[in-house]
Amino acid sequence: MSPRDEIFEKVKSALVDALGVEEDDVRPEATMVGDLGAESIDFLDIVFRLEKAFGIKIPRGELFPEDVLSSTEFVDNGKLNAAGIAALKARMPFADLSKFESNPSVQNFANTLTVEDMVRYVQTKLAA
Amino acid sequence: MRWFWIDRFEEFVRGRSAIAIKNVSLAEEHLHDHFPGAALMPNSLVVEGMAQTAGLLVADAIEFNRRVVLAKVAAAEFHFDAIPGDCLRYRAEILDLKPAGSLTRVSSHCGDRLQGEAELFFAHLEPGEGVPRLFEPEELLRWLDQMHIYDIGRDESGKPLARPDW
Repeated sequence: MSPRDEIFEKVKSALVDALGVEEDDVRPEATMVGDLGAESIDFLDIVFRLEKAFGIKIPRGELFPEDVLSSTEFVDNGKLNAAGIAALKARMPFADLSKFESNPSVQNFANTLTVEDMVRYVQTKLAA
Repeated sequence: MRWFWIDRFEEFVRGRSAIAIKNVSLAEEHLHDHFPGAALMPNSLVVEGMAQTAGLLVADAIEFNRRVVLAKVAAAEFHFDAIPGDCLRYRAEILDLKPAGSLTRVSSHCGDRLQGEAELFFAHLEPGEGVPRLFEPEELLRWLDQMHIYDIGRDESGKPLARPDW
């Protein structure tokens, strides 16, 4: 199994435990909120499980930068402005934000993160 | 009035584990209708008792400086129903404790039989994070006294717990 696949399997097992979803539902392209039904409290649970599974430390706001999404500096009328998108990209180099950029409403962000983003996030943590 | 779903602690090791008991009695009015002539304790209330056991363990571990709220029942399984006359023993252990939350595992035994088990996830909220103050300090202390935490509680080295002077 490739290192990436090993990470994916562990991420999958964390998500199955945290979200009560079926293994088959945890596909790389599945979105955390839309497809897997993650709620905000689940992200805290997921952080706990990823830390344990991989022996990594995940500072608050790193996986899900709620402070950027709620900042008056970065949000105009419920949409992230250019500075906000730049801040988000800087904070989340592991996430594919191209789809989100076409409609950067804060509400829409929850549907941006995918399982593959989680895998990439862990990869960057393990490489650090 | 508060809902109390444990009667007292029998063991309390700060930051690690605790055992609380719950005596199920037909004197509990809610059992009269659940169900008439065949009373049994709803397992949702067993979860509540498990959460009070684990929640107090966690709240003590973080020195009661945040609001400990049951955020999620990550898993729960029950093997049979408790009925009046049963004594349930809830054993809680802390699996993981961080400033923002904690993961605990709790089992419920009736005698030697495993009645149920659950994984409970607590969020630790700071004032202003949308949850009103849950307890007045003296009211909390009254509950902890009633639960006998400072009679039987020990820290990890075996030293008795000091009763806070709020």
